[in-house]
Amino acid sequence: MKTNRAWKKQDIDLQPGQTISGKWHHKSYIIKGRLGAGAIGTVYLCTVNGKHAALKISDKGTSMTVEVNVLKSLQKVQGNRLGPYLLDVDDWVSPQGNTYSFYVMEYLKGEEMTRFIQKNGSAWVGVFMLQLLDDLERFHQSGWVFGDLKLDNLIVVHSPTKVRFIDVGGTTQIGRAIKEYTEFYDRGYWGMGTRRAEPRYDLFAFVMVFINVFYPKRFDRGAQSERILFKKIDDVKALIPYRQVLKNALVGKYQTSAEMKQEITNVLYSTQQRRSRKKNAKKDTHAPFLMEAGGVTIVAIGYYLVSILI
Amino acid sequence: MRKGTLKQILLLTDGCSNRGEDPSVTAALAYQQGITVNVIGILDDDQTEDSVELKEIEEIALSGGGVSQIVYSESLSQTVQMVTKQAMTQTLQGFVNKELKQILGSNHTLEDLDPEKRGEIMEVVEDLGEMSDLEVLVLVDTSASMHNKLQTVKESLIDLSISLNSRIGRNRFAIYSFPGKRKDIQKVFDWSPQLDAISTVFPKLTSGGITPTGPAIREAMYQFGKKSLLRSFRDEDKSGLEETGY
Repeated sequence: MKTNRAWKKQDIDLQPGQTISGKWHHKSYIIKGRLGAGAIGTVYLCTVNGKHAALKISDKGTSMTVEVNVLKSLQKVQGNRLGPYLLDVDDWVSPQGNTYSFYVMEYLKGEEMTRFIQKNGSAWVGVFMLQLLDDLERFHQSGWVFGDLKLDNLIVVHSPTKVRFIDVGGTTQIGRAIKEYTEFYDRGYWGMGTRRAEPRYDLFAFVMVFINVFYPKRFDRGAQSERILFKKIDDVKALIPYRQVLKNALVGKYQTSAEMKQEITNVLYSTQQRRSRKKNAKKDTHAPFLMEAGGVTIVAIGYYLVSILI
Repeated sequence: MRKGTLKQILLLTDGCSNRGEDPSVTAALAYQQGITVNVIGILDDDQTEDSVELKEIEEIALSGGGVSQIVYSESLSQTVQMVTKQAMTQTLQGFVNKELKQILGSNHTLEDLDPEKRGEIMEVVEDLGEMSDLEVLVLVDTSASMHNKLQTVKESLIDLSISLNSRIGRNRFAIYSFPGKRKDIQKVFDWSPQLDAISTVFPKLTSGGITPTGPAIREAMYQFGKKSLLRSFRDEDKSGLEETGY
């Protein structure tokens, strides 16, 4: 009887320069360094035929197979790629004779969203919101819910600047129980809904992503979750234009991602219009600040348009 | 179509058994009856893994066909869910492996298939895990040292119920504590589809010095055949039929 094998940690520690060869497809990968580790496996940067790729390896064969299934289904979704592109799936037999499952995907080079926003300004908040809502809509249209939506699973890639999903481990078919989640982002943890996979589950986590950007240390739940979260949103200056939309999403008011995106778009346009009107009315009083705020919105919409065109 | 029902005992403890029969033996008995035994060992913040304790926990899960894990109480919630789900997958995978052996010969398991075929089979296992009905009997050690952990235990169980009730399949939970007053185990919460009502029953737990893990598992095993459980599932089936009749 094979039991609790998955729980015994056979730490995989691959060294730079080491070669991993597949048991089934016989492709070889040279390890360059470690990118990160999660609940299920460790991700390494590697090269194959001189090109960079990301290799995820684990002794939890079952969980890896489930992840690969999700990645494969996502490759079939039309349009923009939702997750990283899957290059190979195979097993590796270590010199000690242990078998590990691994898969290789495209390497997405970028930086953390929080860092990016700190460096480049909160005008990007609106852009990233629209980009993410677009991608979430595409997930939902194809019958999936992203599930474990959190900062760790997002990366900002450059030219064009776009936020992308890097780990699809929590992706769940609509109507089922969410496969993987992180408490801070989970509406079940906050007592504000079930863990049934539906678009509104992702929209809740989406709001928590932007809360987390401005509260990097996060915070604990309390007796009145809704009030706590609303207060946290109200206290962030950069979120003020969006606060009503974010609150609506937390309480599950939007059935679809597209609906929420429409509201965010309205916010972006109306702030810009209001500000340019005000600017004309009282030119001398607050002009510099208003010009800046209006400009920020124009820049945000501009960046967003560029990112969807390319 | 009716899917099968998976039966699990989830043992939450913080120490070694010190009374009655060997818990590995009773866990093996339960497993023979089609009940998987999972064990979570809960550590205090200042405690380190004790090898004797660790070994007992592993042994129980091993002979009970289940999963074991040692955790600090702050990560109990996620562990309870991971262990339960992992054990479900493991049981279902066990069935699939048995079928594979019949088709492909005795040395073949899932790991011997190429990744593509394995992927297809795992899809079936996942579907089964989502659809199957599940019965979980939670067996809580309430010996003295567990006292300050019971609040966390309670929260984790409510959280487990939220997760499992987000599945398509139906669930039944019961909670028993051990040692009981004059018995090996004590009923805390009878079979029910939800655990949100436990907030009121939990403070009732009393603590004692002995830890009769073995006898407790044996008693827990008998609770699966009880009438209340059969009736609750049957009633639900009936009402389901009536609804579709309209």
